[in-house]
Amino acid sequence: MHRSRDVGLTLAPAAAPWEVVWTRLASLWRTLRVDKFALAGLVYLLLLMVVAVLADYIAPHDPTFQTLGKRLTPGLWSSKGALTFPLGTDHLGRDLLSRLIFGSRVSIVVGLSTVAIAGTLGTLLGLMAGYYRGTIDDLIMRWADIQMAFPGLLLALSILALFGASLQNMVLVLALNNWMWYARLTRGVMLSLRESPFVEAARALGMHDRRIIFKHCFPSLASPLITLGTLEVARMILSEASLSFLGFGVQPPTPAWGLMLAEGRGYLPIAPWMVTLAGLCIGSTVLALNLVATWLRSISDPYQRYKLLQSG
Amino acid sequence: MLVCASLVVFLITNLFADPAKLMLPIASSQVEYEQLKAKLGFYDPLHVRLWRFLEGAVRLDFGKSLWQGVPAMQLVLERLVATALLSFCAISIAALLGVPFGALAAIKPGSKLDRFCTISSLTGVSVADFWLGLMLILVVAVHFKLLPTSGYGGKELILPALTLAARPIGRIALVTRSAMLDELHRPYVTTARAKGLLEGRVVFFHALKNAALTVVTLCGYEIGRIFAGYAVIVETVFSWPGIGQLAVQAITKDDLPVVQAVVFVAACIVVLLNIAIDLCYALLDPRIRHT
Repeated sequence: MHRSRDVGLTLAPAAAPWEVVWTRLASLWRTLRVDKFALAGLVYLLLLMVVAVLADYIAPHDPTFQTLGKRLTPGLWSSKGALTFPLGTDHLGRDLLSRLIFGSRVSIVVGLSTVAIAGTLGTLLGLMAGYYRGTIDDLIMRWADIQMAFPGLLLALSILALFGASLQNMVLVLALNNWMWYARLTRGVMLSLRESPFVEAARALGMHDRRIIFKHCFPSLASPLITLGTLEVARMILSEASLSFLGFGVQPPTPAWGLMLAEGRGYLPIAPWMVTLAGLCIGSTVLALNLVATWLRSISDPYQRYKLLQSG
Repeated sequence: MLVCASLVVFLITNLFADPAKLMLPIASSQVEYEQLKAKLGFYDPLHVRLWRFLEGAVRLDFGKSLWQGVPAMQLVLERLVATALLSFCAISIAALLGVPFGALAAIKPGSKLDRFCTISSLTGVSVADFWLGLMLILVVAVHFKLLPTSGYGGKELILPALTLAARPIGRIALVTRSAMLDELHRPYVTTARAKGLLEGRVVFFHALKNAALTVVTLCGYEIGRIFAGYAVIVETVFSWPGIGQLAVQAITKDDLPVVQAVVFVAACIVVLLNIAIDLCYALLDPRIRHT
């Protein structure tokens, strides 16, 4: 405070950090109250996380335990259903509810870890390309362009077929196939940031490049990156499901939604619930992520946020 | 770019694949295995194989399919028609439904119609296409017995095309909506309205024409995505004999020439599409033509 008195300015007393966080959260909550769909999506995702973490305690059965006598039992919606298997059983007599609950783990793990790896890689490369320009920029972005035109899924399939289909391989392949989006986004923002006065000032002060990039430029990138990341988690969950569905992803008997769809495919006329339920899980999760991403995009744009709050 | 794509595929497949193991019966001896491997040229040094590959690729000759004994390129080209037909139908459906959908939503942002359009487009984007395919089979083909479940032909085309269209419909609608929102605030729209033109004419003729550029880009991009992978899943679900199905068969059997040919052709198509989109720009926007 005494510093500001020296120059004859009175600054408002700095708010305590927790107060800043609180105001931020409150304003987020206000935008959420207006956007009911996003709220529903967020609640759904939180619930899904809880279910995935507590799967061991929530699931009524072991997801891989087979009760062969009870194969293809329908769920509670049918008169033949019983409370032991509320959502029915699959072709090996495994409880579908438990499998769906455990299946959420695969989707979440693949979605988050792929985005984490691809996001880190892409952002770092994009930051470098945008900040240094020149040869580095050309090299990185040319490579990104090449990969963008690649038949991505075909390549992923061939790689997985050769190296063996497993969770880790799938995450790696998906991450290496999708870093370009982050690089493009980061580079675009970085290109305009590097010309801005505050970067020039930082450079004039003799700051290290690393400090300029990460401490000064990176915060402006956080909100578009979070939006992109949310969208990408949705896309990755879909890709994981597709790969597992084709048999190149998660291997049986691990419960995964895409795999359950593939397993249910052969029993479509007799046990349609197998396919329906797994697909609904994938669809609703991806939809929730998309809704949240739309909301994130709208609140990161001040004009749209204003409109949203006005209309509510 | 094409060179890079084919090189990567060549390297990965040649360094790690082992078709000989899959081609021989389980009971065959180690000697037979070595012989076959030598016959397939797997013991030649890498640069010899690379040269052979590049030389062939220039002539669009990727060698014979290890399983069917026919030139790989011929196999791919035969199947290409089916995939092209499928993706063309899917994109036509998507554009015919998505564009008016998005334009209608943009007329009154925030209205019930807009909400409905946005949410249903988001649902379309979120649905797993293979699941949608299976559901369509279940309801339309198995339950109501209206259309055949799978195969190749006119009637069989409807379900896979609809399945493949779901995601592009949603995306096209969303993009059209935001492009139209931008356009409808431009001065020329006010002028058109002030002239007393019918609202429908203003929206669908004046504004939509200017929003078309973005939509065309997206359509091209979506066709590219179908070739680059989405066809694989839908073609598998509906046993549609296109390059996607061929690719999966080839990949599971380590049929290297076919895999290479499919990837090469898919990459070619993506490149050609990009050129086509650029040409469309010039057609749609005179400003680009003159510069």
